[in-house]
Amino acid sequence: MSGLPKARIATASLAGCFGCHMAILDVDERLIELMKLVNVDRSPLTDKKRFTQRCDIGIIEGGCCNEENVHVLHDFRRNCDVLIALGQCAIMGGLPAMRNAIMHSDAPLRECLDEAYITGRYIRNTTHNVPNDPALPLLLDEVYPCSQIVEIDYQIPGCAPEGDVIFDTLVKLLAGRFHGFERDKIRFD
Amino acid sequence: MSPDQKNEAGFTFTIDGVEVTARAGQTILEAADEAGIYIPRLCDHEGLRHQGSCRVCTVKAGGRSVAACTQPAEAGQTVENETAHLTKMRRDLVEMLFHEGNHLCPICEASGNCELQAMAYRLDMTDATRFPYLEPCRAVDATHPDIALDTNRCISCGRCIRASQDVDGKGVFGYVGRGIHRRVAVNGDNLADTDAEVTDHAISSEVCPVGCIIRKRVGFATPIGERKFDKGLIGHEIEEKRK
Repeated sequence: MSGLPKARIATASLAGCFGCHMAILDVDERLIELMKLVNVDRSPLTDKKRFTQRCDIGIIEGGCCNEENVHVLHDFRRNCDVLIALGQCAIMGGLPAMRNAIMHSDAPLRECLDEAYITGRYIRNTTHNVPNDPALPLLLDEVYPCSQIVEIDYQIPGCAPEGDVIFDTLVKLLAGRFHGFERDKIRFD
Repeated sequence: MSPDQKNEAGFTFTIDGVEVTARAGQTILEAADEAGIYIPRLCDHEGLRHQGSCRVCTVKAGGRSVAACTQPAEAGQTVENETAHLTKMRRDLVEMLFHEGNHLCPICEASGNCELQAMAYRLDMTDATRFPYLEPCRAVDATHPDIALDTNRCISCGRCIRASQDVDGKGVFGYVGRGIHRRVAVNGDNLADTDAEVTDHAISSEVCPVGCIIRKRVGFATPIGERKFDKGLIGHEIEEKRK
């Protein structure tokens, strides 16, 4: 790799719990090895909020639950050659997608917000209102997996994926020899 | 295989070029199981009568697609099992089952013990999906003191129906509706109105392949990561017979 310029990667957490980013840190001391291969551009790990230049790999945690998520995802697709959905939320909506159908309601978003802010038994919300500050991103009707918004090139399953799997996949992708996961490493939980 | 078994066995046929012996009346799947060749399946379960509805066990026998769990084995037959074409078809079937219901593995207490999930692992279901999620609104029935039903996760395999009818002699479960609307329902307004008991075979953990039939107060007694399919791919116990 010595003669080649380092690859650039970017990461973002959308409607996720940040657990997948924690899982990236689970590569432990191999982070040093990884840093020899890549520069990190826009990412919560660098605290860069915008792309400084085009990236080779974009890593997305979480699905899309609000309009800001959709903007960020489109921005990543525009600025990254290869886009990876990391973890079950990015892949199929994950826990946030519970609000799509499991509420057994004709208006699942309304029912979800009402229970979270107004009618829930353990709520102490003195305003009795659902937060509606104009600065808050508009919630979408449903939580969408990333692949329903933009084209996704690779998916790393798991909740969260193991550090080993993330490291192996990234190293193989950077070397151009990723041909799928070992079967006993695939987990959806 | 001992000579005694060979005499008892009626005939031979091949699965992916491997010679397999079978007795008259055995299905392709039964003969394959005995020979240590795993054919993926979801609606079929040992000890229950074959149904042939999930089609995950589809093999090519003499060039034609048949359900291995119901198709009788025939002498001299050439069966294809693990081909790229059949694996892709099975993966598509399993993927469509994931899309038809609400299968949120991270929140499901069956995760790790779930045959649908384990089949997705075995069939490498890791590419970005091409299908829309149907996200149906289905009921949770927690009326019974010891059992809960979360039909969001039901794949309509009918294993509980056959177990209840044939093993328990009860008929707690049955199919209602047709086509994509066909669902498994209970014989009453809700589960508490039926004669279902937590000791029924239909309620036991191995009959429901997913997390639909839930025995209450069991939950996460075995933690995620130490469960049935964390220890090996689905079907490995059958494949180990060959080694």
